[in-house]
Amino acid sequence: MNNIASMPASPPAEAARLPARHYLNEAHTLRSWFLTTDHKRIALLFLASITVFFLIAGVAALLMRLELLTPEGDLVQAETYNRLFTLHGVLMVWFFLIPSIPTVLGNFAIPMMLGARDLAFPRLNLISWYLFVGGGTLTLYSLIKGGVDTGWTFYTPYSTLYSNSAVLSTVAGVFVSGFSSILTGLNFIVTIHTLRARGLTWFRLPLFIWSMYATSLILVLATPVLAITLLLLAMERFFGFGFFDPRLGGDPLLFQHLFWFYSHPAVYIMILPGMGVVSELVAAFSRRRVFGYKVVAFSSLAIAVYGFLVWGHHMFVAGQSPYAGLVFSALSYLVAIPSAIKVFNWTATLYKGDISLDTPMLYALGFIGLFTIGGLTGLFLAALGLDVHLTDTYFVVAHFHFIMVGGMVMGYLGGIHYWWPKISGRLYTEWMGRFSAITAFVGFNLTFLPQFLAGYLGMPRRYWAYAPEYQVLNVMSTLGASILGVAYAFPLIYLTWSFWKGQVAGPNPWEATGLEWRTPSPPPTHNFETPPRVTGEAYERSHAARGEA
Amino acid sequence: MAVNSKEGLSPAGIALIGIVLLALLALTIAIARFHWGAWNLILAMAIATVKLILIALYFMRLRYSGRTLWVFAAAGFFWLLILVGLSLSDYLTRRGPY
Repeated sequence: MNNIASMPASPPAEAARLPARHYLNEAHTLRSWFLTTDHKRIALLFLASITVFFLIAGVAALLMRLELLTPEGDLVQAETYNRLFTLHGVLMVWFFLIPSIPTVLGNFAIPMMLGARDLAFPRLNLISWYLFVGGGTLTLYSLIKGGVDTGWTFYTPYSTLYSNSAVLSTVAGVFVSGFSSILTGLNFIVTIHTLRARGLTWFRLPLFIWSMYATSLILVLATPVLAITLLLLAMERFFGFGFFDPRLGGDPLLFQHLFWFYSHPAVYIMILPGMGVVSELVAAFSRRRVFGYKVVAFSSLAIAVYGFLVWGHHMFVAGQSPYAGLVFSALSYLVAIPSAIKVFNWTATLYKGDISLDTPMLYALGFIGLFTIGGLTGLFLAALGLDVHLTDTYFVVAHFHFIMVGGMVMGYLGGIHYWWPKISGRLYTEWMGRFSAITAFVGFNLTFLPQFLAGYLGMPRRYWAYAPEYQVLNVMSTLGASILGVAYAFPLIYLTWSFWKGQVAGPNPWEATGLEWRTPSPPPTHNFETPPRVTGEAYERSHAARGEA
Repeated sequence: MAVNSKEGLSPAGIALIGIVLLALLALTIAIARFHWGAWNLILAMAIATVKLILIALYFMRLRYSGRTLWVFAAAGFFWLLILVGLSLSDYLTRRGPY
């Protein structure tokens, strides 16, 4: 944003000093953190919370991979394994992947990117965090009660009739955290509509804002359906109402219809924010305006809408009618179009760009490659005939991990590294960041590429023991998971260190465009000393934007 | 953006809508006591629709809201239609003793 009035260009990093007053040192009491309505502090509360859930879910994954090192079920019992993959799925999906970018990076960056002092409803934002932590605590309580063994999908009739595990407390935890999602989505939508800086028209918005807007629409429109579905499940399990049990006049597939009406769009709740981050990173580190800005912006909305039309592809072999299968198969291919638009446009942005391979850019490039593989293998699963062979195999596991971990987690880490100087006011050690990004890419591929092969060859998912011919692929996968574990643990160490000891970053260490880089790092509590005014397009660069004016 | 441009109903008006909703509930229960075949479902859904409209217009204050909120409310209904419509593509085309 070269045309922003009253915003000074960045001073050189070596001359940078932390501002005397900023949101981190405004107050130091526990009360000032736990009752804060500052979007930046709430973002850090979410950061700490989701990191805890990520670590617990990661340990569950590690235990699963250790069990799968040998074909025999020798490390844990079958029942324990069922509880491990359920814990991993529930925590990763609802307590890490879905909230991660919106509640941490969205909360932190959206008001600043809009030139606003805070979100539209600051207290609602704090309530959202308390609901999230309350839901998470309920879910963790299920662990104490022995865990839950239904898988993260809670399919009926197993979850309502047969499972003897802690279904109700887990479902209650997810139910409560869903309200956190709804409130966050609502807050973002109202903020984007009402709190944009003067001159910041819709088509001048950064693409991260467009993607968060699309994500928020899904959060608001889909999450209530999940809440209702889980409520019906609880009522059937607890009171014996007949919604899903055929003996009581219900239909088991109704649960799957309702569940996937939320949970397939939830995939886009996870990946759309990652796409938004990547748009920012590609623009910042190739020093170019994103190619086809409007098309990329609208592709986010198209993904959000199409995402609601395809849920039945999770049910091709579940007993759904062949006609419905045909409809959902055809509709599923539609999602490939806006997704491909994004990938092609990011690639076109790189063309003739002044590219610098800093840590966030390495994560962004990793995202583009891994998301492409994840997306293309989704087309295999959208094909009715092929899906019959691949359903419930490791092919599916590899596919969605390429999207959710290869895509979303790479995007999240790229975003964390990109905005970290703004969050903390300090720089991390660059070589450590690059090492982590490259290690994550290598570890990820070693973990999940063999799973495509194992799945295609017929290895089913969700078993703690397997046929010996799959062992080589599983050993590779476990080795890769260990490398991935290191790649994820390392940033925890050097980012924490840099928070207190890192070199002072200055307002705009990446020479990036965008309003958030035009305020000190860390920003003051109300973000801007004077309200910014925007007169240029997003990602427009000039000498001033590069700090040369 | 003009949202909630008017004050909305008075407390007495809100109470009146509440009473109307309770009366409609009583009507639903009364109708359920008779066996009119498919008409039971049709009448129950018709009453539910009236209740829904009353709640959306007055309790959710849509009548006093700006156009943006109308668009979002309409989107909610449209998404419900997607849920029901595409689910029916399964239920209406199943064969066999389901």
